[in-house]
Amino acid sequence: MRHNAWSMIKTILIGAALTSFAAPGYISFSHAAEKEMTVIEKGKDVAFDRLKGNCLACHAMDDGTLPGNIAPPLVGMKLRYPDKVKLRAQIWDATVAKPNTIMPPFGRHQILTEEEIDQVVEYVYTL
Amino acid sequence: MKRLLTATLAIGLLGASTLPVHAGPEQDLEQFRSYFYKRFPNTPKDDFINGVYAIDPASREQWEAIEEFPPYELNLEKGKELFNTPFKNGKTYASCFENGGIGIANRYPFFDTKSGRVITLELAINECRKANGEAPLNYEKGPLADISAYMHYTARGKRINIVVPDDPRALAAYERGKASFFAKRGQLNMSCADCHIANAGNKIRADILSPALGQTTHFPAYRSTWGDLGTLHRRYVGCNEQVRAKPYEAQSEEYRDLEYFHTYISNGLQINGPSTRK
Ligand code: HEC
Ligand code: HEC
Repeated sequence: MRHNAWSMIKTILIGAALTSFAAPGYISFSHAAEKEMTVIEKGKDVAFDRLKGNCLACHAMDDGTLPGNIAPPLVGMKLRYPDKVKLRAQIWDATVAKPNTIMPPFGRHQILTEEEIDQVVEYVYTL
Repeated sequence: MKRLLTATLAIGLLGASTLPVHAGPEQDLEQFRSYFYKRFPNTPKDDFINGVYAIDPASREQWEAIEEFPPYELNLEKGKELFNTPFKNGKTYASCFENGGIGIANRYPFFDTKSGRVITLELAINECRKANGEAPLNYEKGPLADISAYMHYTARGKRINIVVPDDPRALAAYERGKASFFAKRGQLNMSCADCHIANAGNKIRADILSPALGQTTHFPAYRSTWGDLGTLHRRYVGCNEQVRAKPYEAQSEEYRDLEYFHTYISNGLQINGPSTRK
């Protein structure tokens, strides 16, 4: 129900959404440089974009500025997730591991596309 | 079933899993207070009315400077004038309220056993207009926010005193409000409690999240983000939208019930509206 209602107004709200998550002045260059970008670079772009992953709202990661401190910093991911499938599962739907988590279910709620999630996984795996 | 689940989660969140699921409003209040007192041991209990400034000394100084010459002063003047201007029939707002509307905002919202609804101050203002043959005003901003600001101003220092009367419909409204506060919403799947209970004091990107305790005492608020004065329900709309949830209408039953719960849990704190916020 709620999700249907959501998809109708998705386009209207997307601009207004998450304003308080925003780092002033962050701009995504994903389109301009699409051709030359590696999967990892694309993943970083998706992760940092406040209208996409916006992981910095909660996680400190990489060279991202003004990160939130709601969630653990994303470091040493290869060590913590020897199995990349588990990392993808956490990003696709964090509520499976922790039902009441504040982390958005990026795959289940189609916040990101499957391809974008693959890119984010590749990027996060380098941290 | 769904409500039972949320209630269980709510209690779990507050770390008091030994309490029965049917904890009443009074037990909720106890739990809320002790959770926030423990989480912010350096904040004097009466200071929770100041939201994020009660827990973040760095931003407090700047805010206190703004409150010296507050941008809502003009709104207060307009509100007072509107409040005292007679309707076309010669009556005034004072005729609709106890004590002529002065110093009563700390008892809103209340559960009206006659109509079986939660009556907020803003709803009462518009009902007063309608009863006197005047058109209702916008519930989020403008003249109604000004009038509400003035009425809150006259109640400054009075302690919030919300009662859940012994009426199953009142308890049901309270429980609906509570469930709403703990319900995951929107594409981003977050609840009010996720941000303002579990993560109060944490940073979401660069913003510090205010504790739910004391959140309703200082409305209407003049937000620099809005560039004007807005009501509590305007803020609810914003907090729903930022998780990409479809907001409810200001003064819908959903938001009135939410406000009932949300204000109840600040019982005993002083009214300090209107205020300035980022
Ligand atoms: C609104 C907050 C929020 C956002 C946004 C968010 N996360 Fe999380 N994340 C959390 C929290 C809280 C945890 C801790 C575990 C839990 O609650 O699920 C977590 C845990 C994780 C973990 C597991 C960490 C570990 O140590 O095992 C990974 C990986 C992760 N997040 C990746 C991401 C990525 C990638 C994004 C963006 C695409 C993201 N998160 C966005 C809140 C968030
Ligand atoms: C994604 C996180 C998030 C969620 C979910 C959220 N809020 Fe907020 N809320 C914020 C932020 C950020 C602010 C601005 C900083 C502050 O005062 O907490 C805020 C501010 C507020 C304020 C103003 C506080 C003040 O002192 O002026 C109120 C009231 C409020 N929220 C209520 C709610 C309610 C009710 C809900 C659920 C319907 C909700 N919020 C959901 C992030 C959130």
